[in-house]
Amino acid sequence: MPEQQPYEAGRAIAGTGMGGAMDLAASEATTLERTPGGPEGTGPAGKPRSLWSDAWRDLRRDPVFLVSALVILFLVFISVRPSAIASGNPLTCDLARAQDGSAPGHPFGYDGQGCDVYTRTVYGARTSVTVGVLATLGVSVFGSVLGGLAGYFGGLWDAVLSRITDIFFAIPVVLGGLVLLSVVTSNTVWPVIGFMVLLGWPQISRIARGSVITAKQNDYVQAARALGASDPRILLRHIAPNAVAPVIVVATIALGTYIALEATLSYLGVGLKPPSVSWGIDISAASPYIRNAPHALLWPSGALAVTVLAFIMLGDAVRDALDPKLR
Amino acid sequence: MGRYVVRRLLQMVPVFVGSTLLIFLMVNVMGDPVAGLCGERACDPATAAQLKREFGLDRPVWQQYLTYMGHLFTGDFGTAFNGQKVTELMGTAFPVTIRLTIVAILFEIVIGITLGVATGLRRGRPIDTTVLLLTLVVISVPTFVTGLLLQLLLGVRWAWIKPSVSPDAAFGELIVPGLVLASVSLAYVTRLTRTSIAENKRADYVRTAIAKGLPRRRVITRHLLRNSLIPVVTFIGTDIGALMGGAIVTERIFNIHGVGYQLYQGILRQNTQTVVGFVTVLVLVFLVANLLVDLLYAVLDPRIRYA
Repeated sequence: MPEQQPYEAGRAIAGTGMGGAMDLAASEATTLERTPGGPEGTGPAGKPRSLWSDAWRDLRRDPVFLVSALVILFLVFISVRPSAIASGNPLTCDLARAQDGSAPGHPFGYDGQGCDVYTRTVYGARTSVTVGVLATLGVSVFGSVLGGLAGYFGGLWDAVLSRITDIFFAIPVVLGGLVLLSVVTSNTVWPVIGFMVLLGWPQISRIARGSVITAKQNDYVQAARALGASDPRILLRHIAPNAVAPVIVVATIALGTYIALEATLSYLGVGLKPPSVSWGIDISAASPYIRNAPHALLWPSGALAVTVLAFIMLGDAVRDALDPKLR
Repeated sequence: MGRYVVRRLLQMVPVFVGSTLLIFLMVNVMGDPVAGLCGERACDPATAAQLKREFGLDRPVWQQYLTYMGHLFTGDFGTAFNGQKVTELMGTAFPVTIRLTIVAILFEIVIGITLGVATGLRRGRPIDTTVLLLTLVVISVPTFVTGLLLQLLLGVRWAWIKPSVSPDAAFGELIVPGLVLASVSLAYVTRLTRTSIAENKRADYVRTAIAKGLPRRRVITRHLLRNSLIPVVTFIGTDIGALMGGAIVTERIFNIHGVGYQLYQGILRQNTQTVVGFVTVLVLVFLVANLLVDLLYAVLDPRIRYA
């Protein structure tokens, strides 16, 4: 994931000097009422407001969030029920029509094998959404458990884990994918997801470790410990709710990059392979015909770009809403 | 400073061993290293056993790894299955990819920083919003899509460039591929510079510089830019390794015979020696680039001292 790693690196670097980034343009009244550090404050109406309800209030009014959420809902819908908007079968192809332009009933034309580009583009969404969602879930669970425990307990495990994450960061992602997936013969999404979890968890683990270390220094954690709370209780009830926001933000943005990575790997021929339907496969198959049938390349590329953009914009919007420092 | 460098070099050792071991295991244990020798057909079991003995592949993996690393540090990267020395392949491939990376880094520095300064100084204005939106689009569109589209438009439709690069891969031919390779990082450099500039613009030293009557250009270049570029330099430095490793896609699109091309061929043909050798060098480049960046930090920001 060279597309993704630098982003977080950049973020982390930018984050070190964010002290003065409080946006003065933001309405001062609301800024003053918010209690950025703590989880709860009291709003003007007197009822308690959490970081989450604040964020939700901001998000509902954010056009970027609304547009990207709509796009994502649509994508999820067509990946669950592709037949709802595409009546054909993505694997039914007519070689006689290879590389033809658009025709009635086939708005996107035909690809090099005479398959309907529209149907294949619609069905391709399923692969992307499945890989993106499952890989993100896996990475988040693994990364936040490993990183969170390392941040909480510190000591030897923390030192070892930090070195292990260093090792994973030193391997270029696309390269690792090529090496690892080229030996896999199974043609399902699982090896691809497994590979993403294997190489993606260090990123989340670093974030989770950092935010757990920040959260555990708070007074309420001290108080809970003084009251005799056990480690699992402190972790689950006090630290986790206050440390989960950065993980969610990074995971949302990462979801988009995993979709892009799946397409890249399929483009290179090691992700999914035909007869699976994936935008990466279609783009790869269309690139030799780029001169005669550019539409077979453009439609899946466009769909892929819009999908990734939607997830990254959603992540951006969620970050803006959840990060009190940016207000 | 000296002690810091030594400590960092020592820290690099486990990372280097770990990542090369990981790649070594992936190639040797999960794949079948001799399968590539028999071409498309499956190997005859007797031949396979003979080959394995010949290459020392019947010994335990840790022994193989130690032998390999031992050879490696004496400059022997082994022989590819077609009889070519891996070092020979590297000799032809690395200069090409280094040229491509230089072009990409130049794009990042020139365009990225210029756009970042321009938008950081005008936060909230239309140009800022436009550039910010553009960077988001560039980040979202995967490199192979950007590359294919530029190849289609510039190479095929308008014929401004040749759609594929000749084996010499001179600098002139690498401009568009370099831009494609740089595109995503370019967007990050722009965003990073913008945030950094916008933040430092309100700093006291900038106000002082303006108050003592320095011309605007001098305030920006000497005071604001110098302080704001520290995170950007870090990013670009760490990006060198990522660019060289990530050139696989760009090199495949434009048919550039560099590191990515050799690696891709090596992986497809299960050419163990080539793959492990190239990846080892790439990991080294990444680690050394990171070390240099950390040292450069102290030069750029005198407040940072390494004990």
